[in-house]
Amino acid sequence: MSKNNKAPSGLAIWLGLAESSFQKQKTVRFGDASMVTGGRFWSILTLFILAVLWTLSGVYKWTDPIFWPSPGAVAGQFATTATEGYRYFTLWQHTGYSVFRVITGVFFGCLVGIPLGFAMGLSTVLRGLFDPIVEFMRPIPPLALIPLVVLWFGIGEEAKIILLFLTAVFIMTIAARAGVSSVKISKVHAAYSLGATKWQVLRYVILPNALPEIFTGVRTAMGVCWATVIAAELVAANVGIGFMIMCAANFLQSDLVVMGIIIIGVIGFAIEIVMRSMETKLIPWKGKG
Amino acid sequence: MTELAVKHVSMRFALPGGDGVQALKDVSFTLTTGELLTVLGPSGCGKTTLLNIIGGFLAPTEGNLTLNDVPIKGPGAERLMVFQDGALFEWLSVEKNISFGPDMRGAPKAETEKVVSDLLKTVGLQGFGDKAVYELSGGMQQRVALARCLANDPKLILMDEPLGALDALTREKMQELILKLWKETGKTILLITHAVEEALFLGERLFVMAPRPGRIVKEYRLPFAERGLEEDPRDIKASSEFIKKREEILSMIWEMEEEIMGRQ
Repeated sequence: MSKNNKAPSGLAIWLGLAESSFQKQKTVRFGDASMVTGGRFWSILTLFILAVLWTLSGVYKWTDPIFWPSPGAVAGQFATTATEGYRYFTLWQHTGYSVFRVITGVFFGCLVGIPLGFAMGLSTVLRGLFDPIVEFMRPIPPLALIPLVVLWFGIGEEAKIILLFLTAVFIMTIAARAGVSSVKISKVHAAYSLGATKWQVLRYVILPNALPEIFTGVRTAMGVCWATVIAAELVAANVGIGFMIMCAANFLQSDLVVMGIIIIGVIGFAIEIVMRSMETKLIPWKGKG
Repeated sequence: MTELAVKHVSMRFALPGGDGVQALKDVSFTLTTGELLTVLGPSGCGKTTLLNIIGGFLAPTEGNLTLNDVPIKGPGAERLMVFQDGALFEWLSVEKNISFGPDMRGAPKAETEKVVSDLLKTVGLQGFGDKAVYELSGGMQQRVALARCLANDPKLILMDEPLGALDALTREKMQELILKLWKETGKTILLITHAVEEALFLGERLFVMAPRPGRIVKEYRLPFAERGLEEDPRDIKASSEFIKKREEILSMIWEMEEEIMGRQ
């Protein structure tokens, strides 16, 4: 009887090993989404088991090291590449080029896509004119565009940036258009009543209202472009993380390949985290209109 | 000086297939400086349409309106609306919401600051100036909406069921605030509501509207608003005079509904 009255520790709840005293009293459990919390204990367990298995597979050579390198080999390769570089470029340069391409592509995608999306959200004629192009191009996987882009623009930096631009621009157009359309008409009416001109309504009401959607678009574009740049580098590059993986695979250097994949994952994750924190800082009113 | 003249205003929405909806039919009235007019009626009686026409967001299919002999052709800062959902700008602070009108006009900063801080005091929101509007309760948000309106010194204040989204207690407090502002500023106010008590309590003049077609069916001149400034609102709302009027109007509206049901 006394056991039930003690509140579980915050740590136990965070780990997913105990229920809060409120949750314990619930009679309906299966189907209640709020009962399914992080379960971090189990996540940690998974990571631990995977790490152990990986280490053991290296020690006992369960597979040929070419197919799956040991953690030691990957870590060693990381140290080597970080100090000596790979194929005339340092590790920083490889990652830097990839990240730079993404940021540039997204930047130009915003530069063209946001005004275009606004125009489409505000004018029937412009919407009608551009709708077929935008709606047709958006679902096309950027990878399918690579052959054409290479044909027209070669295999230099411009070609990759153009590919990423094409990837980002349609995402941004649709995001901006959605942002403009989501403004509540009472706010627009209020602004005109208060004496705002059309331009002021656009700049001081429609634009801030559209920012959350636009930001979501930037997040999506960054994510998709990160995936695309790796693919683009697999095809035609002489520097970049994707290029590095491709090259290493050709020489059966799977420790380099795995290292590269881990770097790709970590940077992709970091991009998402940075975008999310920027969003909280720049657009605190998201979802509160 | 404020004079709103509504002359034979009708609003008809044509529907494909011949039959149309007569949202308003031949509505005429005049509203002068300092009057507080409440408009009451069941859903579909056209009161929101009428308000939108006066606010300049809709053009009537017949008739015309003037404010101080100037025809009404679109929205303007001399006829400001307070909306039911507040329509506040969530990306701006309370202060910046209130100063939106003057800011758009390019009014001098120092002057605007003073207007804003005075208004914050008037509506009882001192100290909340730098807060985000979404951090405020519903009642507080409507006060910001009122302050935002008053910052432009409008000739006519239009209110579209401004207290509809508030709980009963906050609603009564806000009714008192509206009366207080009316007394202190001497502004002309047109308020639409579907709450009979509210219309009776606030309206020194009250129109009852009926639907299909939307029209004014009865006008009252009431003493309760004036008394509301001196006496306790609870006493007024419990007085036999108030209750009698309330029942009278409720029966009228009830009959209207029955007639519509009967016609269907």
